[in-house]
Order: sequence, then C-alpha cells, then structure tokens
Amino acid sequence: MSKPKLFLSHDEIEITIKRLAHQLVENHEDFEGSAILGLQPRGIVLAKKIRDAVKEILNLDKINYGDLDSTFYRDDFRRNEKPILPNEVNIDFDIQEKRIILVDDVLYTGRSVNAALSALNAYGRPENVELMVLIDRKYNRELPIAPDYFGKAVDTRGDNEKVIVEWKEGKNKVWISSNE
Amino acid sequence: MNKQKELSTSHLLGIKNLTKADIELIFETADTFKEVLSRSIKKVPSLRDITIANLFFENSTRTKLSFELAEKRLSADVVNFSSSSSSVKKGETLIDTVNNILSMKVDMVVMRHPSPGASEFLSKHVDSVIVNAGDGTHEHPTQALLDAYSIKEELGELKGKKVVIVGDILHSRVALSNIYCLLKLGAKVMVCGPKTLMPRHIETLGVLVENNFEKALKWCDVANMLRIQLERQDTKYFPSLREYSMQYQLSKEILEKIGKKITVMHPGPINRGVEITSDVADSAESIILNQVENGVAIRMAVLYLLANKVVKKSNEKE
Repeated sequence: MSKPKLFLSHDEIEITIKRLAHQLVENHEDFEGSAILGLQPRGIVLAKKIRDAVKEILNLDKINYGDLDSTFYRDDFRRNEKPILPNEVNIDFDIQEKRIILVDDVLYTGRSVNAALSALNAYGRPENVELMVLIDRKYNRELPIAPDYFGKAVDTRGDNEKVIVEWKEGKNKVWISSNE
Repeated sequence: MNKQKELSTSHLLGIKNLTKADIELIFETADTFKEVLSRSIKKVPSLRDITIANLFFENSTRTKLSFELAEKRLSADVVNFSSSSSSVKKGETLIDTVNNILSMKVDMVVMRHPSPGASEFLSKHVDSVIVNAGDGTHEHPTQALLDAYSIKEELGELKGKKVVIVGDILHSRVALSNIYCLLKLGAKVMVCGPKTLMPRHIETLGVLVENNFEKALKWCDVANMLRIQLERQDTKYFPSLREYSMQYQLSKEILEKIGKKITVMHPGPINRGVEITSDVADSAESIILNQVENGVAIRMAVLYLLANKVVKKSNEKE
C-alpha cells in the first residue's frame, strides 16, 4: 500500500465549507422552512460545521438541525460478519413539508444515501430532499444518486482506493490512499 | 465507522449464558428501538427476509403479544403456533414438531414450553436460532432483561441498587432469570417469601434470603412482586391465599409504615388483592406498565442482534 496522498488540507476544507454554506443560503434564503440533517455516523461533523456556517451568514441563533441514522434501512444488514449497530437519531422538529438537506462526508456507491431516504420516510413527508457531500467519488455509483452540492469530486477506481476524511480540531484533512 | 459488536451466543436460552457485555449491548440496542417506537411509523425493514415461528406450548398473553409486535415492527414474517390447537396433542415429539416447522423455511424459533430446559434441548437438536420465551420453572430471559432495563431507566443505574423479589420463588422462572441478570449488572438481590416457596440452597447464587416481608421492604430500593403460580403447585405450600396475602401482600398500609419510596414492579399477570393491592399497582411508584412497554424494545433488540447469526449459519452451509 502506497503512502496516502493529501487531497484537501485544513484550510481548503474551511474554504469549501464556507462556499457550501453560501450555496445553501442562496437556495434556501432565510432557512425558515428548511432543515439540515447529518447522516450518522460520519456525516454529522460536516453537517454541524455547515449548520454553524449558515447560522453565521444569516445571523440566526438557531436553524432546524438533526442527526439521522439509517442503520435499520440498510440493504447490507447481515451481509457483514457482525451486526451493524444503530446510532442515535436526534430530530426535534417535524420534517413534514420541510426542505431537507442531507449531509454526508463521502458519496461513494450511493447505498447509504438510499437507506437514509427510506429512513427519512418514517418521520414524515418532506417537501423536497437535497444531498450535500464533501467528497463526490465519481464513477463508483451503484444507484442513480447525485449530489446537489459537493465540495470536491474525485475520480477514484473502486475498492483499490480509499478516501479518508479526518476530523481533528484545527487539523481537518482528506486523504486518498491506494492499494496498488 | 459503525460500531461492530455482537452477542457471544447464537441463541437466547437463558441469562446464565450471557455476559455482562451481552446484556449491555442488548440495552444499548433497545435504546434505539425505543426511539423507533416513538415515531409515527413504528416499523423498520431490518428483518424483512427473516421468518420467525412463535411456538407456545404454554399459555401466554403478554409475552406472546410482545414478541409478535417486536417481530412485526422489524418486518419479519411471523407464524404462530399454540399447543392447544396442534398435533402435539396427537403424540408428536418436540423435535419432530419443530423440524416440521423448520422445513417450511423458518429462520428463528421463539419458544415457550412447560418443561425446564426445553429450549436448550431444542438448540442442540435442530438447526435454527432459538429464543427462550420461558421454559417451565427454569428461565425467562427476555422478562429479566426488560425488568433490569426498566429499573435502569427508573433509577439511572443498577450497580449497588437493592432489589427484592417477593413471592413464589420456587416456581418462578422470572425470579431465577432476574437473579442472574441483576447480579451480573452489579445489583444486590434479596428473595423473600414463605420458607416452603424458597428453593433449597438458593443463597449459593449470591442472593440474600428473608422470610419477613417488612424487613425485606425496609432493605430494598425496588420490590418485584411475583404471582403465586397455583397451576404449578402440586401440593399445598401455605394454608390459604388469604393467609399468604396477610403476610406478603404489598399494600399502601405497609408502604406507609415503611415510610420510604420503593419502586414497584410486577411481571404480570397480576392477581390484584393477592400479592399486590390495586392502589399500589396503579400508584406513581409502580413501573408495571413501563415494563410492558420496554418489553417490545428489548425483544426487538434481541431479535435484531440474533438475526445476524441466521445468515452466518446459512453461509456456513454453502
């Protein structure tokens, strides 16, 4: 395995988050009927950063925000050696007729987003749903799912390469490692 | 990363075979199912490819309903069977009955049986995941799990808490499973009842034994009141139900006399006026209905975690 390559530095990620937050404000204006949902477990760090950035731009104390877990809706349950254990769901508002933005760190096969869409249905019927990801791994999709907002796209080839997103205070980084 | 832990066992036969980590894993998973049960749509598709047979060779209302609801909330297919309307009466053996049901492609078996050890016996002779829903006077693991879970919910933790189990200890599978479960989680356990209803050498399990009800109540934080199982009693263990009630009934009067807050539990079915009076059973200190509510979440957690063992078995075969 070769040494992982740095794909996004901390500063680049900061700039990308600001840009993504501005794009959201452009489309959702005052955020009155909109809500951000972070996908458990890996999407919530980014989702919270986006939430804070949007609040800062709009000068609001609070916008609708929640964590969504899709474990029970996954199509790979029991394909693993061990059971997939669920994470917490925290949604303290009604998603009915809201404009939902799902946030995850990496979009790869699209299967976890598919599960999240099913999970979302159990909470009500949103007006519409958009998808935001930090990294879009193109050419690896197994389902017809595309992001509405993305940080950076990358052309990785299947399972030989891995995208690693590291969230560490002041040292956020995205790496690409390869098995070849 | 998804947290990947699993149960150390492929069946749920009794609390005796579980580790503390297993119990904690079940509780953690049950927390998320409690949240699922509070949603407007209470169903998740996790077990949609699993078929579960509920085999009840003995009467049950709560446990059967609770298991069936748990299975349906997980989207499993469910077949029900009760011995009163089956070929068991015609002389079929237990292994034959279950193997016949399994040849119809059933993945898991939830069984209640009047003979102690029936589920363990079955787990050794048929190829399926077995969940014990009560075997005679032996164990009733899901009841003990939901009891301990309810105490934890009410009091915050189990470690160091004092729980007294009162009544027909000799015939109670709930008592035995509860003792194992509570001790594994670090609680202190006392059993209380007439000497005739106390199994010999029960203190070797690590529990305190008390025949005086008032002393037991003064000691405890939680009182789990059991029903007198007349249907299992082959001989007279006490002169009359009335006399039993006079000595071991949990009433408002005795609680006022003790003068401290005791959490009241009962696994059901309640014989109002025998082991517990109505005003206590319906009081604010009673968590009897919480126990029933938590039962569904606990059973969902158990089935969810054991379902993983089903596919492993079928993979091994290939």
